[in-house]
Amino acid sequence: MLERQLIALLVENKPGALMRVAGVLTSRGYNIDSLTVAKTLDPTLSSMTIVTETSPENGELLIKQITRLVNVVKAVDLTEGKAVQRELALIKVSNVKPEMRAALTKEAEIFRARVVDVSPDHFTLEVTGSPDKIDALIDLLHHYGDVQMIRSGLMAMARLPQNKRPIPTLKQEEPEAVAAE
Amino acid sequence: MALMTGAQILIESLVREGGKVVFGYPGGVTLPIYDVLYDHGLEHILVRHEENAAFMAEGYARATGEVGLCMATSGPGATNLTTGLVDALMDSIPIVAITGQVPQALIGRDAFQEADTFGITRAATKHNYLVKDIDELSQTIHEAFHIAISGRPGPVLVDITKDVLLGKAPYSPDATLKPLPGFHVRMDPDEAEIEEAVEFLWEAERPCIYAGGGVISSGASEEIVHFSDVLEAPLVHTVMGHGMMRSDHPHYVSMLGMHGGYAANLGISRCDTIVGLGVRFDDRVTGRLDRFAPNARVLHVDIDPVEIGKNRRADVGIVGDVKRVLQRLTQRLEETKAQRGVQNSNKRSVWIDQVQGWKREQPFQYEPASAEIKPQFLMERLDAICDGEACVAVDVGQHQMWAAQYIRFDKPNLWQSSSGLGAMGFGLPAAVGAQMARPDDKVVAIVGDGGFMMALSELATIAANNIPVKIIIMNNGWLGMVRQWQELFFDRRYSQVDMSAGFPDIPMLAASFGLKGSTIRRPEELDGALKEAFDEDGPFLLNVMVTREECVYPMVPAGGALEEMLLGPQAPVAVGD
Repeated sequence: MLERQLIALLVENKPGALMRVAGVLTSRGYNIDSLTVAKTLDPTLSSMTIVTETSPENGELLIKQITRLVNVVKAVDLTEGKAVQRELALIKVSNVKPEMRAALTKEAEIFRARVVDVSPDHFTLEVTGSPDKIDALIDLLHHYGDVQMIRSGLMAMARLPQNKRPIPTLKQEEPEAVAAE
Repeated sequence: MALMTGAQILIESLVREGGKVVFGYPGGVTLPIYDVLYDHGLEHILVRHEENAAFMAEGYARATGEVGLCMATSGPGATNLTTGLVDALMDSIPIVAITGQVPQALIGRDAFQEADTFGITRAATKHNYLVKDIDELSQTIHEAFHIAISGRPGPVLVDITKDVLLGKAPYSPDATLKPLPGFHVRMDPDEAEIEEAVEFLWEAERPCIYAGGGVISSGASEEIVHFSDVLEAPLVHTVMGHGMMRSDHPHYVSMLGMHGGYAANLGISRCDTIVGLGVRFDDRVTGRLDRFAPNARVLHVDIDPVEIGKNRRADVGIVGDVKRVLQRLTQRLEETKAQRGVQNSNKRSVWIDQVQGWKREQPFQYEPASAEIKPQFLMERLDAICDGEACVAVDVGQHQMWAAQYIRFDKPNLWQSSSGLGAMGFGLPAAVGAQMARPDDKVVAIVGDGGFMMALSELATIAANNIPVKIIIMNNGWLGMVRQWQELFFDRRYSQVDMSAGFPDIPMLAASFGLKGSTIRRPEELDGALKEAFDEDGPFLLNVMVTREECVYPMVPAGGALEEMLLGPQAPVAVGD
């Protein structure tokens, strides 16, 4: 049985680093459900969040195989751990009937979605939240018109234990500080 | 600081890292490198096919434990290297491959001889680089050597664009390595893990040391013998592990696995404690994994954390360099013995006797013949000549297994085998690489008739450089191992395995390269022919026609448990009780 696995990575910001990480997954036949990557405060490093599906017995092996890559500074399995998980989605609802427009914006507010583009018969909404919340909003919006959407993929950041939470500084992003978690 | 071209910086960097000989083949984009090599002290061996350059670099590395070097041009040159890179990756052999790339301005435009070498070799290397900035060239070579040899060794490829090779920049030979934030090697074991291992081993009544290539690459052959003495445990090894312990040591058993010895396979299956040292519980060793040594607890030592528990769950895992782990572990075992007295010594000595008894009962054996040369007889006679001291490179197939069974190796780094990848065509070029590394030593390539034909072109390299390797062709006229499986599992339907038609006349072939060679068919000719080959100062090609239909035994059929060996050409028997 395959199960969802959530992995947070700190990698060197170098050409090929993404290819190497993706290669570990694809060479084992794992599909990548989502993958986000961007520079950290230290421009020589990137953070990456991967959602994939693995069998439970291979999850730990996968983390070790990714950690072995020369460009990977740190890999953490956040599947079970406490982590803040957020995704961003842009959702375009078109062919919205005029009498439904007010209700749509009301519903969007419940989800704290913002209208970022609008025309007489369409809205584009921006929403962030957990994947569940975004799924729920999309389900709802199908009642208002034709839905197109694009999602950023999941970003995850481990929560620190309350008593160990340091005063936020830039140093948090440095590998030594991360390794000391 | 003097300005140098990228090509000069490359060559100076290779020399700075200890490079002595590079195996390579030139081409369009590597012209600047070859212009430097024209009158440089770095030795270059011109191969006849790039795949063999990678195998030669491996042969050099396997014979010395140092980094082997190979070089190829862009496009086809680089893709031809790939098999050798994967081979080095599978067997953890340190090589650095240099490839040229088309100029940056042409990358991505399907230029002549352009290939995405960086992408193609991603999965074929431990790490790879594409150098597009001349200021990074020297540092990159530094890193490539460091990564290739540190921790679990492996191949590193550096792809360099032609404009970098032609550009100019200052070069300083005393460059220091910049930190690699993602590359960590744990050499010294964790003391808590050592203590856990000491207690774990203390309880063992029937321990069995299962050791592999990691012991060779960490240079731990002295340590492993001492460890085996202190632990009082028999030693079985993988096909990568030849030479770590003298074969006449009372604890030495043999190779284990699919074609391993009866005593080795039975020993590991019946032991209560496996001490895995620099091994990866490969499928050719374990047979059916869920039935492998079902009652044994496992201590697994490896420098690569990925290996611990990858295939077989480890009760205790130690990450570290095998040599340092063994030094510390042996010391702690001795101290514990001194404190608490000796534990289970009687049981362990009975156990060693039992395993050695199995070995006497069922040694590697075969049905002798007087009219034809049995392949095993050939290996026995080669063993007599090599006497545990010669460097032997083998190819892949039946001859490889017979050589592994019958030839003794009393020192590490003598035996060369494409073990993990099983790449045919490896043996002959690997022997060339080994001979370049050990110019004064006896180097033998034992190859099958199939693998010989794959590496045929390198006879020109051998002839041109008068490299005195002895090439012994074990010629049964088949792809023998494939034929063996067809015999046993496909109702003797010998499909596409006959190699005899079209096989060249070896004395004539040798002569056409300016080499000496002969063909023999009869057992009484063998010793004389071997003597002639080994007495020859230069290279020699000896074609030995052997029994055609002969199978390698013992054999554990694929998917079977390790104990279920076929011991000979009769019906399957479950051995033991």
